[in-house]
Amino acid sequence: MKFVDEFRDADFGRTLAAEILATVGPGHHYKLMEVCGGHTHSIYKYGIDDLLPENVELVHGPGCPVCVIPMGRVDDAIAVAHEPGVIFTCFGDMMRVPGSNGTLLEAKARGADVRMVYSPLDALRIAKQHPDREVVFFAIGFETTAPSTALTLRRARAEGVGNFSCFCNHVTIVPPLRALLDSPDLRLDGFIGPGHVSTVVGARPLEFIPADYGKPVVVSGFEPVDILQSVLMLLRQLADGRCEVENQYRRVVPYEGNLKALEVMAEVFELRPHFEWRGLGFISQSGLKLSEAYAELDAELRFAVPGVRVADPKACQCGEVLKGVIKPWECKVFGTACTPERPIGTCMVSSEGACAAYYNYGRFARERELV
Amino acid sequence: MAGTAASDREQRILGIIETARAKRPKFRDDRITMAHGAGGKATAALIEGLLLPAFASPALDELGDAGVVTVDGTALALTTDSFVVKPIRFPGGSIGELAVNGTANDLAVAGAKPLALTLSLILEEGLEAGVLRDEIEAIARAAEAAEVTIVAGDTKVVERGHADQMYICTTGMGRVDPRAQLSPRGLQPGDRILVSGSIGEHGTAIMLARGEFELGATVESDTRPLWPAVDALLDRAGPALRCLRDATRGGVASVLNELARASGVAMLVREAAVPVPPMVAGAAELLGIDPMHVANEGVLVAIVAPEQADAALEALRAAPGGAQAAEIGEVKTSPSGMVLVETAFGGKRVMDQLVGDPLPRIC
Repeated sequence: MKFVDEFRDADFGRTLAAEILATVGPGHHYKLMEVCGGHTHSIYKYGIDDLLPENVELVHGPGCPVCVIPMGRVDDAIAVAHEPGVIFTCFGDMMRVPGSNGTLLEAKARGADVRMVYSPLDALRIAKQHPDREVVFFAIGFETTAPSTALTLRRARAEGVGNFSCFCNHVTIVPPLRALLDSPDLRLDGFIGPGHVSTVVGARPLEFIPADYGKPVVVSGFEPVDILQSVLMLLRQLADGRCEVENQYRRVVPYEGNLKALEVMAEVFELRPHFEWRGLGFISQSGLKLSEAYAELDAELRFAVPGVRVADPKACQCGEVLKGVIKPWECKVFGTACTPERPIGTCMVSSEGACAAYYNYGRFARERELV
Repeated sequence: MAGTAASDREQRILGIIETARAKRPKFRDDRITMAHGAGGKATAALIEGLLLPAFASPALDELGDAGVVTVDGTALALTTDSFVVKPIRFPGGSIGELAVNGTANDLAVAGAKPLALTLSLILEEGLEAGVLRDEIEAIARAAEAAEVTIVAGDTKVVERGHADQMYICTTGMGRVDPRAQLSPRGLQPGDRILVSGSIGEHGTAIMLARGEFELGATVESDTRPLWPAVDALLDRAGPALRCLRDATRGGVASVLNELARASGVAMLVREAAVPVPPMVAGAAELLGIDPMHVANEGVLVAIVAPEQADAALEALRAAPGGAQAAEIGEVKTSPSGMVLVETAFGGKRVMDQLVGDPLPRIC
């Protein structure tokens, strides 16, 4: 596949790996956090870990949109899905995320009309096909997916699709990163910065990381060569004693972001005072809701949403995994009580979740030779 | 940092997981969800956790594509399949053709030449006669091509809304070929893994035919009878042929995982050697699906002893639809029960079965 295979070139990968090896200082241990779930997924899918020296450790970050949804919001979604006449639409992964009383997939088996969509525009199309039904879209994701939700809502309003609404769970990337950096149990040397989020917001909003916390950031693409090159750029910053935001993903990420996308987001959304994150608790100004102008399309106003906060299951350590404090396999229930078949925590659901990625792809350690 | 201690603990935990995984799955769900029909882990839990214990049948316990019954010294293979594909017509085929080939192929990969089929139709009130007529013709054509006779049948009609146009159940019987000595438990380290053609076409064709993704591409289903390929394989590889599987729901990945577990061996697949058509690779890339998990309706996986692997591959390539047949990997000893992929990038990863399928009702 053109424009893809180039970034999966094994020879180039080995060249980068050799340069990485030449850059690391002996006796140093480097902990680099990849912020995005997309990066985590690629790292395991391509076995990128296999190409890194032992003293370069990749720590998985909080940027998996499914993983950060708290149980209470899933319960709310299920309650709305069970409202008479509702067609509830969501991305596939969200259907398997457990709330306090089952998943949306189970709600569907109990009679709720839950449908998987690949885009919010698909949900809008369903609304137009079923004018007699209420169609609700379960919006999740960082700034990456928020513009497409915003555009869909703008179109719904312009076309007067009165039976469409949005259960908004969009979140922003900077507040959780700040929360992470403020947390005392974390020691990181640098960040592989969020690639897709940065296509929208640009690289500039990440400048606080070097400025306020003295950690280097390299905004990275998602192909294996991208990730290796970003690791190399981070190690070079550390070796040179530099500390700045660099952009490895220049073919897609403009430093100032996508102004059109930011504009439509500003029109459709406003910040919530607080939003709860799975395992991270409440973070101020980290979630988006529909703005005053779009209130009529807000499912939280249209339906009776229970809005009950549900504590994470005691055994679940998703919070620590999301903060990179523990590795997936260090969680007490990893792979035994919590599996992709029967997930307890969100990190085991999405293919971008650190636990699911490790369980599905990485469960074979390097030391074990294949015979 | 205490690298060794940490990795020791990691190994121990991975060991516990493997032990748990090797056990027969339990069926613990409150209700049936779409995942139970997807051919992945949820389906396995339903079959191995509920059905097998209830029936206590050695033939069923083999979990082959067909069961074998011996009557007066003649080994007969018997299998059944239901078809609920949506939409009922799609590029490259339709539900009627699928209903014949799907069942005939389950017999073929059990090493049995398909002889006879039964046909049950469940029709929705209001179904247009023209649609039904087209499918009956498709069934007749496919049966002729597969050289099977339809010997019995049944028709039922349910109220509008209680079925989706039409469902078809077919049961097939075939005679097990004396050249075939196939068993999912017979895999040996060193055996080669072959696929009989390019993979992922059927699932992708259905996905695109539903028009949900608005991808401007057409991929044709690979639905075709597999007996000619099996016949050629038996001829060229004979007793070196360890096992055959029809890579339908859950794709090649599910088949390899089932076999690795049944034989207690490991499998190593070389990703670069797997034949994936560019259109399938492109659609899978966009949708975040691994083509190894996508369903086929005309591809078998063959495990062959190394000395006959080249001959087997040659036989497959000469069979209809086999131009892209390839050797994609090798059977290993350990880690037992696992399938590993050597990525084109040079790393390794586990290739497990999916829990469910992002794409229900593909056959």
